Amino acid sequence: MTHPGPATLPLPAHATPDGVVAWRHDGPVTVERFLGDVWHLASGLPGGEHVLNVCADRYRFTVGLAASLVCGKISLLPSTHTPETVRQLLAFAPDAFCLTDSPACDIDLPQHHFFESAVAAPSPEGCAVPMIDVDQIVAYVFTSGSTGTPMPHPKTWGPLVRNIAAEADRLGLVGKPFTLIGTVPPQHMYGFESTVLLALLSGGAIWSGRPFYPADIAGALDAVPRPRVLVSTPFHLRTLLAADATVPPADLVVSATAPLSGNLAVAVESQLQCPLIEIYGCTETGQTATRRTAETAEWQLMRGLRLSVEDGKVWALGGHVETPTVLSDIIEPTSGDCFLLHGRSADLVNIAGKRSSLGYLNHQLNAIPGVVDGSFFMPDDEQSDGVTRLTAVVVAPDLDRATLLQALRERIDPLFLPRPLIFADALPRNATGKLPRAALEELRRTLGSGE
Amino acid sequence: MTQAATPSSADLDALRLEVAGLVVEALNLDTAPESIPADDSLFGEGLGLDSIDILEVALVVSKRYGFQLRADNEDNVKIFRSLRSLTEYVAANRTK
Repeated sequence: MTHPGPATLPLPAHATPDGVVAWRHDGPVTVERFLGDVWHLASGLPGGEHVLNVCADRYRFTVGLAASLVCGKISLLPSTHTPETVRQLLAFAPDAFCLTDSPACDIDLPQHHFFESAVAAPSPEGCAVPMIDVDQIVAYVFTSGSTGTPMPHPKTWGPLVRNIAAEADRLGLVGKPFTLIGTVPPQHMYGFESTVLLALLSGGAIWSGRPFYPADIAGALDAVPRPRVLVSTPFHLRTLLAADATVPPADLVVSATAPLSGNLAVAVESQLQCPLIEIYGCTETGQTATRRTAETAEWQLMRGLRLSVEDGKVWALGGHVETPTVLSDIIEPTSGDCFLLHGRSADLVNIAGKRSSLGYLNHQLNAIPGVVDGSFFMPDDEQSDGVTRLTAVVVAPDLDRATLLQALRERIDPLFLPRPLIFADALPRNATGKLPRAALEELRRTLGSGE
Repeated sequence: MTQAATPSSADLDALRLEVAGLVVEALNLDTAPESIPADDSLFGEGLGLDSIDILEVALVVSKRYGFQLRADNEDNVKIFRSLRSLTEYVAANRTK
């Protein structure tokens, strides 16, 4: 599908060279300084066309992203960095290298270290704003396929720019010198869109740090001028409010990765003295809808998107969604451009914003030597705004718990490690080989306690 | 509750058990507090905690002992390296 419009779009989109792209502990970073850093890094990047950018500092990540784009390199955004995932990335892109700002980075790829020059080297290109082809692939975002091999989803510049423009419009950030403070990593699709691209493409600024504890979030809010936007998750917001810390006011809070309860939304709005907007999206379609959770349960589609129901399936199309895409969640269109979300599809797992599928996790579990049979499942008592862990039942007579957990840790993100991990003599499979949930729950009740 | 300037090792042992109890309760672990070895890693091959757990533990610790943890002024990896290091950090920073 082609779209009318220019063939290239600028990065960043700030109007002037003295616009602020980022705030760091030592103050603001201007567009001019940013571009100096970008061209400097770009001139020294290795030849590989695929980059695993693991820079923890959000400003460095952003410089790395822009330098990669300038060189026509594609950023790889897997959902986790376990040794198994890195091996799979390498099989997908044998020329991949890792861009890191940590001296102790243990990722098993050729490493390129991000060194900062004290003063950006002035260069002829110094002030040239890169123009990126709308068809250029910016990133591959990976979802866990059910067969054990991650599925790459290419993200091209044009649709990303359209998506972020719709987001900035919906969040009311157009034409404001806002600063984004993110508690989510830039390597996660939500953080990539809403803490990095949103600033670059809407004339805003990035807070370079990644505040972790409630006191860090309060400190980061204090460190940047208003208007400031806290980009976070239900989990971080819940702990922020529970900490009884003094939180400076913000001008907007954005939440995504998991459904936020209306009660928590009301409490956040009251404490931070600003609106909270929740974003719903998925890897395949990007950002799909938003809602003011304190006021309504209904989601409103992003600008240009629409839903179509065929054969009981709900498709998203239009706007930045290039190809009509089936939404795997349980969706009820209501009126106009609104819908209700009744739950995630059964196979998808989302823990504190990390996504996987039961199919993928089961594949990894059963691939461990010594595992005869095994299955993950999500217990029934899922908490609102909290984090519920997976349970796994495994038949592995010759493995002990520590060995099995260590083997799993090599393969899957720690967030998906089972808690509890239940050893059984056999799985309660029915005649067709399926595992009824009720039987798994029963097993959890009888074997899962007192370990 | 008053706090001695330099806690005795018996005090630290008692505090360690108390902190272990908070960790087990906060994370709903299938482990008895007294069975967590003082010097084993809380991450990885030890108790297997991750960053989400750390935030949960930090929350209960801050509520119980009256101080806030910061990621940027202290070495988090060091604090959460073991039950002993966490306990020593609590003993040094508690206000209640």
